Amino acid sequence: MFQATARNLRNQRIESAVKTLFLAMTILLVIPVMIVLGTLVVRGAPVISWAFLTQDPIQGMTAGGIFPALLGTICLVVVALIASVPVGIAAAIYLSEYAPDNWFTRLINLAIINLAGVPSIVHALFGVGAFVLFFNFGTSILAASLTLAVMTLPVVIVSTRESLQAVPQAYREACWSMGATKWQTIQKIVLPNAISGILTGVILEVSRTAGETAPIMFTGAAFFLPFLPQSVYDQTMALSLHLFVVSTQVPGVPDALPYGVALVLIGIVLLMNAASMTFRVILRGRRRW
Amino acid sequence: MEDRRTADWWIDRLMKNLMFIGGISAIVFIVGIFIFISKEGAQFIFEGMDVREFLGSPLWRPTSENNPTYGTLALIAGTASVTGFAVLMAVPFSLGAAIYISEFASNKSRETLKILVELLAAIPSVVWGFIGLSIMNPLIIQLFDVPIGLNVLNAGLILGLMAAPIMTTIAEDALKAVPDRYREAAEALGATRWQVIRSVVLPAGKNGLMAAALLGVGRGFGETMAVLMASGHSINLPNSPFDSVRALTATIAAELGETANGSEHYQALFTLGIMLFVVTFLINLTADLVVRGIRKA
Amino acid sequence: MVTASQTAPVTISVENLSIRYNEKTALSGVNFDIHQNEIFGIIGPAGSGKTSFLRILNRMDPTIPGMEYEGSVRFKGRDLREWRNLYALRRKVGVVFPLPVGLPMSIYNNVAFSPRIRGIRHKTDLDEIVERCLKRAALWDEVKDRLDALGSLLSGGQQQRLTIARALSQEPELLLLDEFSIAVDPVTTMRIEDVLRELKEELTIVLVTNLVQQTRRLADRTAFFLTGECVEVGPTEALFTGQVKDSRTRDYVEGRFG
Repeated sequence: MFQATARNLRNQRIESAVKTLFLAMTILLVIPVMIVLGTLVVRGAPVISWAFLTQDPIQGMTAGGIFPALLGTICLVVVALIASVPVGIAAAIYLSEYAPDNWFTRLINLAIINLAGVPSIVHALFGVGAFVLFFNFGTSILAASLTLAVMTLPVVIVSTRESLQAVPQAYREACWSMGATKWQTIQKIVLPNAISGILTGVILEVSRTAGETAPIMFTGAAFFLPFLPQSVYDQTMALSLHLFVVSTQVPGVPDALPYGVALVLIGIVLLMNAASMTFRVILRGRRRW
Repeated sequence: MEDRRTADWWIDRLMKNLMFIGGISAIVFIVGIFIFISKEGAQFIFEGMDVREFLGSPLWRPTSENNPTYGTLALIAGTASVTGFAVLMAVPFSLGAAIYISEFASNKSRETLKILVELLAAIPSVVWGFIGLSIMNPLIIQLFDVPIGLNVLNAGLILGLMAAPIMTTIAEDALKAVPDRYREAAEALGATRWQVIRSVVLPAGKNGLMAAALLGVGRGFGETMAVLMASGHSINLPNSPFDSVRALTATIAAELGETANGSEHYQALFTLGIMLFVVTFLINLTADLVVRGIRKA
Repeated sequence: MVTASQTAPVTISVENLSIRYNEKTALSGVNFDIHQNEIFGIIGPAGSGKTSFLRILNRMDPTIPGMEYEGSVRFKGRDLREWRNLYALRRKVGVVFPLPVGLPMSIYNNVAFSPRIRGIRHKTDLDEIVERCLKRAALWDEVKDRLDALGSLLSGGQQQRLTIARALSQEPELLLLDEFSIAVDPVTTMRIEDVLRELKEELTIVLVTNLVQQTRRLADRTAFFLTGECVEVGPTEALFTGQVKDSRTRDYVEGRFG
């Protein structure tokens, strides 16, 4: 009897020690997020102002605002979305609604996983070889955005496919029994009930695309451009590249400036992530079946 | 005649084909990537490259006027050291976090922790690189009394933090996939939660945990900007974590802008790209086979 | 004993039908006719092939991977395999499933779904169809003030009647019910049975059920399926009064096995 109690007590002590250990490890993992954000805010906030966001840089990029870079990032993201979202949704619809359970479908899924795992610099090389050179778009918003689109395609496909598969099969069968075609069913029941999940994925894609540097470095983004881009065939500045160059290659930059750029960039990224998360929470509350 | 092929019928057929085209897009692009980078690097592979030098020599001197050499050993060592360091650091913490989140955390704190891990994953590579430059660099110089803070340690820690979220998520999936009845059986025998985890859950989930580590390696291997900015610039084999190194990815990013299209240096960089593509392809393939095995069960 | 329905024209004619899923045979050797304006019951234990049979009647077999059939099934004289537009065929056949399905759209849109696909756009026309079908399905009084409520959030009994309303909105010639009362309360079951008795005048009904008494209440003729075989077909009253060709039918009907 006493022995059992003693062992129990010892086990319980081990148990709470272990639990504390793992909690500590978890906290140690997430503390850097706080530190990073905190430092960026503290050191970068002094630089942020409306002028910072809306004016051009001056004095060789060592002062002034970041407007062209901000605009450029927005352009790149928008064009990349236009290119990747329709293709991604079509791919997801195919996988969820049409694809038979065979080796070819498994091959497609394999390709998606691998596309997601290709290093960003290899995407840049592909962009140069395919869009800049082969299709002759030159270094341009078009080439850079298409490179980004290929890179983030898996994100759209996977999140869209999950939302589509979450729609119960019973609804599809009910529609088919009424004589609706597969496309009519997708159009009227499946897609409308998956749209919120799709949007969540798109928002996530935006946040990932805005932060990328390598894929755009050689395909269309440049650091020092005297003019704003006039068309998709022009080069553009971008926040991510701006941060890279300003912190590594430009002499005479006041310390706070790169922090300001980093803060704006991470601000956009986190805002998008927060939007995506809030969306997900709202969705969970709104049950439609 | 009621049995006519109406507009609906034809639209349905058309849409099916359109969706199929979208469906094969991933295959088209992955093959396309391989084709285009091979195309640009092909000449180097088949004509200019000395395989023994390429894989065995640490002398990467493409810009030397008299005798350009394309030895990648130092670059491979750079990538390996930084990735190795990162995974070594991150695996225990990711595993610990996954165990805590999956087995110990209450529902509410689980939500919060998962959000925090997601935030960690959301930080862009270039921002991490900037952190390595501006925060870690002076910190390392001060703490360890070394002349340069851009080294294996710096990049390794940063990469570790970047790889941790995906490792934690996959590991958590692997632990969640262990059926509850295993846990219940052990608990019925009087085991504490930790005993259950140690003797039942972890062994059952070990495949997924390995996959998580693999995916972390893949992530670290392919990282570009953070490594470029935090690992320093010397191309050499590292002797200690305080040495500066250069990774394969960083090399391409640093040098591509200065090469002329079609030059040997340019082609060599594309060849590095092929190497990266193949290795990450294999890593992801292996990890995916394992992960899919878990998700199905 | 010859029932009145047997002199009516034939809606469905089944000859040597066998159904399989990949290599596994689910049903074989089925031969009978279903006449217009009759309620044709199919009884039998689970796994006998009753649901598979229904699936062929509206050619849902292409939507199920691995499902194939041999033999011929004619709908109003035309072999089902000859239909080039299966959607047109399916529009003529209404289906009620075991689990009630209210589509996740408004009640109004649930019932307006089929008319809209057929090209009916005018609001007044749709209003009229929705009201008529909901009334005939004995659901109108309960929902007439909230037609924009989500159909998927109604109670099980209401969703099942909504399914019937949807089926009616197709203006079908054939109505298939697959164990419709499983997830539905007895009161709603009775109401639906009344609806079916009325509907019989306009269309042909095939009623699959494992409630043996239900078939006795409703069906003119009944088929007994047992482990993939159609054991016998005959006038319902005959089967229940012991005038059977096969003793297994009597055993099943009397509850000696289930």
